[in-house]
Amino acid sequence: MSNSFQGYRRENGRVGVRNHVIILPVDDLSNAACEAVAHNIKGTLALPHPYGRLQFGADLDLHFRTLIGTGANPNVAAVVVIGIEEQWTRRVVDGIRATGKPVAGFGIELHGDHDTIMRASKAAKEYVQWASELQRIECALSELWVSTKCGESDTTSGCGANPTVGDAFDKLYAAGCTLVFGETTELTGGEQLVAARCRDERVRADFLRVFDRYQQVIDRHKTSDLSDSQPTKGNIAGGLTTIEEKALGNIQKIGRTCRIDGVLDKAEMPTGPGLWFMDSSSAAAEMVTLCAAAGFVVHFFPTGQGNVIGNPILPVIKICANPRTVRTMSEHVDVDTSGLLQREITMGQAGDKLLDMMFRTVNGRLTAAEALGHREFVLTRLYESA
Amino acid sequence: MIHCVLHDPHDSVAVVVVEGVAAGMTLTGLVLDEDRTLTLACVQDIPLGHKVALKDMAVGDTVIKYGVDIGKVVAPILRGQHAHVHNIKTKRW
Repeated sequence: MSNSFQGYRRENGRVGVRNHVIILPVDDLSNAACEAVAHNIKGTLALPHPYGRLQFGADLDLHFRTLIGTGANPNVAAVVVIGIEEQWTRRVVDGIRATGKPVAGFGIELHGDHDTIMRASKAAKEYVQWASELQRIECALSELWVSTKCGESDTTSGCGANPTVGDAFDKLYAAGCTLVFGETTELTGGEQLVAARCRDERVRADFLRVFDRYQQVIDRHKTSDLSDSQPTKGNIAGGLTTIEEKALGNIQKIGRTCRIDGVLDKAEMPTGPGLWFMDSSSAAAEMVTLCAAAGFVVHFFPTGQGNVIGNPILPVIKICANPRTVRTMSEHVDVDTSGLLQREITMGQAGDKLLDMMFRTVNGRLTAAEALGHREFVLTRLYESA
Repeated sequence: MIHCVLHDPHDSVAVVVVEGVAAGMTLTGLVLDEDRTLTLACVQDIPLGHKVALKDMAVGDTVIKYGVDIGKVVAPILRGQHAHVHNIKTKRW
């Protein structure tokens, strides 16, 4: 395995593998202006979303943390922020500015869309031309941050695609990378196995605290044994029968040797290398968006039945071991490990195949999801708006 | 050809990994953790990704996969039959 890759070193020292200039709305009302700017200035990317009004407390904190984290992600070279109000717009701008990267904010009130779009377009043009001259440089593998989350899983995920990620994670962990997994409710049935992998009692207590909290959310709102939601209809069609079976397949992604070094809140940035557990939803686009906001720069996404997800700033590498999905949805699959199930390749070879695709991707190759234009940007909500 | 795979030698179910598995076939199963194979008479049609029972199981029995409890039997299952939501349920929630 190579111990370096070609990345973009940002002002704060972090390393990115993409060089996006994003047009980031603070709220739903600003989507139109952001999309107009991205239309005007080629090579920029608008990230529309439906939230940001009348949120409060921890839900508002998460909203800001996700937007600021997305702008701060090292895959982003520069950011134009647009919000309906000046004050909240400035809060997002100031949060991103702490990284040292170029960022400009525009409030729509007292200006209207036309004037805002014109001024924001001028800033966006400066940024995109500046960013287009940035060069990739050699960076140490240990500087790479890799996230994982699976989706549209079936039984082949547990015996093929997920352990492939696990094998790669064991190797990246030994190389000193920063890694994350999450999906709190989808550990149900395997939580004791995850707890046993925690590095010490403190981390184990943190993990079990967030696991129990999520179980209480389910107990409070459930109207059945969740057989209609977890596993999903797609999971069941793919052969998964119970949440326990799904969870045991899920945790194949954390390999066999790496330990869990810490627990993160949603969209929270890790403070050091190692494997982190992020308390998160198991919904694919929510979790991947949270990983990007926490600063991860490349994502491993194993799938069985064929989830097509992508992310605007985070390259999502799809791994699949289901021979039918690989045949019928080939345009979505970056790494085919179906040979594992016919004993044609070993788990170690499957992990190496994924790592080879990881290096090609972080060095610049577009993933299937990027080429197909999948840019799902989905903010997690904690409760109702005020 | 490998027709089904199991993770742990103690598993009571295996995953069908090819299309076209039908009643009357003799299946070759791969034990992933031990890299050895076994054979099994299939008595029902089973779709790709779905599970085949490796032993007879009675209502209330625990189903083992990955060497771990994945739920309880809610309708009798015979070796070689299709094991899924019609005869297995979660013990959680």
